[in-house]
Amino acid sequence: MGFSRGADDQPIRSSTSTHARYLLIDADHLSLEMVWHIVVRHRSAACRTAAIRIGAKSPEASVTLSLEVVAEHMGAVTRKGGSEVVDQNIRVTVNGVEQQSSVEPRTLLVHYLRDTLNLTGTHVGCDTSQCGACTVLLNGQPVKSCTMLAVQADGAQVQTVEGLAQNGQYHPIQTAFWEKHGLQCGFCTPGMMMAAVGVLQRSPNISDDEIRQQLEGNLCRCTGYQNIVAAVRAAADQMRGGAAQPAAAGTSGQ
Amino acid sequence: MAVSRLFGATVKRREDPRLITGKGTYTDDFKLPGMLHMAILRSPYAHARITHLDTSKAKQVPGVHAVLTGQDLEGKVNGIPTAWLIPASDLKTPTYKALATDHVRFTGDGVAAVVAETPAIAHDALDLIDINYEPLPVVTETEKALAPGAPQLHDDAPNNQAFHWTFSNGDPDGAFNGAEVVVRHRFVQQRLIPNAMEPRGAVAQWQSGADELTLYNTTQNPHIVRFLASVTNNIPENKIRVFARDVGGGFGSKIPFYPGDALTIFASQVTGRPVKWIEDRRENFLATIHGRDQITDVELAAKRDGTMTGLRVKAYSNMGAYLSTAAPGVPTWLFALIVPGCYTIQNYSCDVLGAFTNTTPTDAYRGAGRPEAAFLIERMADLLAGELQMDPVDVRRKNFVPADAFPYTSAGTLTYDSGNYQGTLDKALEMADYNGFRQQQQQMRQQGRYQGVGLSTYVEVCGLAPSPAAGAMGFQGGLWEPGTVRMLATGKAVVLTGTNPHGQGEETTFAQLVGDMLGIPAEDVDVVHGDTAAIPMGWGTYGSRSTAVGGTAIYKATQKVIEKAKKVAAHLLEASPDDMVFDSGTFHVQGSPDKKKTIQEVALMANLAWNMPEGVEPGLEESSFHDPTNFTYPFGAHICTVEVDPDTGEVKILRYVAVDDVGVVINPMIVDGQVHGGVAQGIGQALYEHAIYDEAGQLITGSMMDYAVPNATHIPTIETARTETPCPHNLTGVKGVGETGTIASSQAVVNAVVDVLSPLGIKHIDMPLTPERVWQAIQAAKSSGSGSGSGNANQPGQPGQ
Repeated sequence: MGFSRGADDQPIRSSTSTHARYLLIDADHLSLEMVWHIVVRHRSAACRTAAIRIGAKSPEASVTLSLEVVAEHMGAVTRKGGSEVVDQNIRVTVNGVEQQSSVEPRTLLVHYLRDTLNLTGTHVGCDTSQCGACTVLLNGQPVKSCTMLAVQADGAQVQTVEGLAQNGQYHPIQTAFWEKHGLQCGFCTPGMMMAAVGVLQRSPNISDDEIRQQLEGNLCRCTGYQNIVAAVRAAADQMRGGAAQPAAAGTSGQ
Repeated sequence: MAVSRLFGATVKRREDPRLITGKGTYTDDFKLPGMLHMAILRSPYAHARITHLDTSKAKQVPGVHAVLTGQDLEGKVNGIPTAWLIPASDLKTPTYKALATDHVRFTGDGVAAVVAETPAIAHDALDLIDINYEPLPVVTETEKALAPGAPQLHDDAPNNQAFHWTFSNGDPDGAFNGAEVVVRHRFVQQRLIPNAMEPRGAVAQWQSGADELTLYNTTQNPHIVRFLASVTNNIPENKIRVFARDVGGGFGSKIPFYPGDALTIFASQVTGRPVKWIEDRRENFLATIHGRDQITDVELAAKRDGTMTGLRVKAYSNMGAYLSTAAPGVPTWLFALIVPGCYTIQNYSCDVLGAFTNTTPTDAYRGAGRPEAAFLIERMADLLAGELQMDPVDVRRKNFVPADAFPYTSAGTLTYDSGNYQGTLDKALEMADYNGFRQQQQQMRQQGRYQGVGLSTYVEVCGLAPSPAAGAMGFQGGLWEPGTVRMLATGKAVVLTGTNPHGQGEETTFAQLVGDMLGIPAEDVDVVHGDTAAIPMGWGTYGSRSTAVGGTAIYKATQKVIEKAKKVAAHLLEASPDDMVFDSGTFHVQGSPDKKKTIQEVALMANLAWNMPEGVEPGLEESSFHDPTNFTYPFGAHICTVEVDPDTGEVKILRYVAVDDVGVVINPMIVDGQVHGGVAQGIGQALYEHAIYDEAGQLITGSMMDYAVPNATHIPTIETARTETPCPHNLTGVKGVGETGTIASSQAVVNAVVDVLSPLGIKHIDMPLTPERVWQAIQAAKSSGSGSGSGNANQPGQPGQ
């Protein structure tokens, strides 16, 4: 299935024109679930507010759906009176603390975490779910928090990088990233560590090649991944009961 | 200098605790009271006239505070300046408006901006801006842009020519007259997109009344941003504070001052509120600079014994639609002077044409000109070896600058400070078991497995560097660095640096340096960077200069602190300063080790100033402003072995060995990390990354789905080793390591792949060596008969061998 993005009614067929309001999808019969899948993967910041248009063979035959409509289909939107979209009340347990919030249905989970809860350790590095900087644990599983709506996290447990250290002790993955020089600029690091925690939960006895494969959804531009792999390896060994003791959070030095 | 526990030791980074707990402070993490959000409308056309622009609907959206157009900026926001005015080159610097008024020149050129209560409202309102374009003919390729009849971008740059820069030394034409062997080739350095993981952004806080600006900015050089913001936004430089502590990678893309920065500042002035602008990744692909994009026609003259005698280069560089901050210097000075590389070629010329095209502006990307140079000369060394049926190792040995010839003035007129090129090559050959691999290669081929080995022996010019040289090259700035070392009454030290590390770890490295020299724990040394209000003028982090230049400034300041402390200690001990001995943080009187004062005790007394020696001022703080006398010249040898699947064209890296000599090393763990990351970016260029425009000027590779930033499965384990040849002209012996990996690596990979395919007659494949390109080259070579390929299967019609 091919697709391209168009800026309003201008005949732009490239996938990269700015401020896409529509996804022009070369397929006649798509389920809304499929459309949703496409939207969240190829969303731009502009698409937070905009729409998608289905049926690219002829623009006249196309259907325009706002993100709200798609969200509504997902059961996430209620409307007041005529058509005004109403903010949704959600209840999310984040790092062990229950949060009750009212959010716009179109709010992405990552923006909810950063802007509403001030948990700025979760970063936004792309708009196509490629980079993984926004990875958090949702009910224990790593997810890219730019790829789901906050309303979809209603009732869920979310863990962010701020929740990794417990009782003043770093999580083994934090200790390992520090000791193995698994970070340089640090921007990908929170997402990388959260993804790694998920990997190690699934595969405690993982090989180095498997670490690389399982982290391919998280991009780092600084380290060449070598010390990230070494850090995940060290954390795996430690979590299986290795000799290393976790460092006290906040200590510095050698 | 004394080598002790900290200097040269692997010390865990002090930056990390805040970064592994999510407590970093990147630009997007700042929230100021009353802060508004800005979004920029960007042209969907690569080249067009704006025929209609109506913002009235957008202005009516509840929550919108301002909608800005190019007209609003007229007379208030100046064009984005070019800060590298290369001389004697007929350089054209057309105005680069922060928002276009009537003419857009690349897909992504800004046309309007909305300032609103939330990012979502700003984006909502962008969609309501009514704008019509009249599309114009588009040109995206350098040679087409320079050709007669090409679409013209700027009235004041005829034929789209940005500059014509030439360099010549020795007698290049003479070297080619009667040369025993001449090898010619054309290389395409594809366009790359830096993709620092943190997109660009700014938070501007204009305080009217005080008329002061605070700018939180994701930049590698806050003081340069302060300077350029002053020029662009007409704000006195002393009324601007630029703050950039945690920066999520740069690789050159965060050197320039951008239209978005100037706009954010103006938006704060217009609204009277703090304004945040954070680009999304798509915007980053379009509006943050790209790198490389250079075509070179190269000729190498040599003797039959492999001695290189002459080199001529004709380069065509794609500058994009406008000249970014440092852009003109990249494909000229930073490229051309180091092209002769490790070799004693005496006759050399380089001719560079820069062109405007309907593409995103290019500028410095990790290595900035030097990867292009190293690629060129190292590919030519291999082509010469192939022509003469010599081993690539022997061609290099034949032409190396000998270890006893330093300082050595190259054909590029650079004075290489120190080196031992044979030494790093020998070590790399041993680590990679080169001879063993060569034997095994033949056996593998008989088994139908196609393996090859590629060398890269490089020297780079970095540690940027003497300010007089910068001036001679037309760089509109200095390249010295300040270093301040301040001892507080409690014995703690504060270090100020004008460099702005953003992943390179100098908060740790500099603490090691100062802790060692003062004899105090590294934990007691705080390193402050990224705040122009706190730090004297400095020029930032790029060109592998932070430790070599900034570190030397700090070293000199620390020496001054010790000198002053010695006077205070002598006074307190009622001894002569000449009799004082300073060792491991303690002053004592020579011959009387019990008569002593620790430097912390001296710091307390100097800060209290109750009992200072006559003529000595209170406090214990010293600054140094270090301007190097030369660049630094790291060097090394990288060896890559690969296997090619002949059925799919897929390249698999078997081993990657990097032996680098970056001078004295302060923290080996950090240095290794820099090499890993640099090599990964070079491998990215060699095998994966390619920014592609279609004929309409749309960036086809405009997202991380379409542009292959390497992931963990793409990059092999890199085997690192070092030799250590100190830099002779600075006090620390440090040369710098930030760019070596990128400069050294692409050609090692390509040389290895060509080594695999050379029995088919394939002499070159242009990067990236994707499976498709390699497969196509194999098919073309097969169809033209084994051993008689065109020499450039990827580019029919181009001059081959």
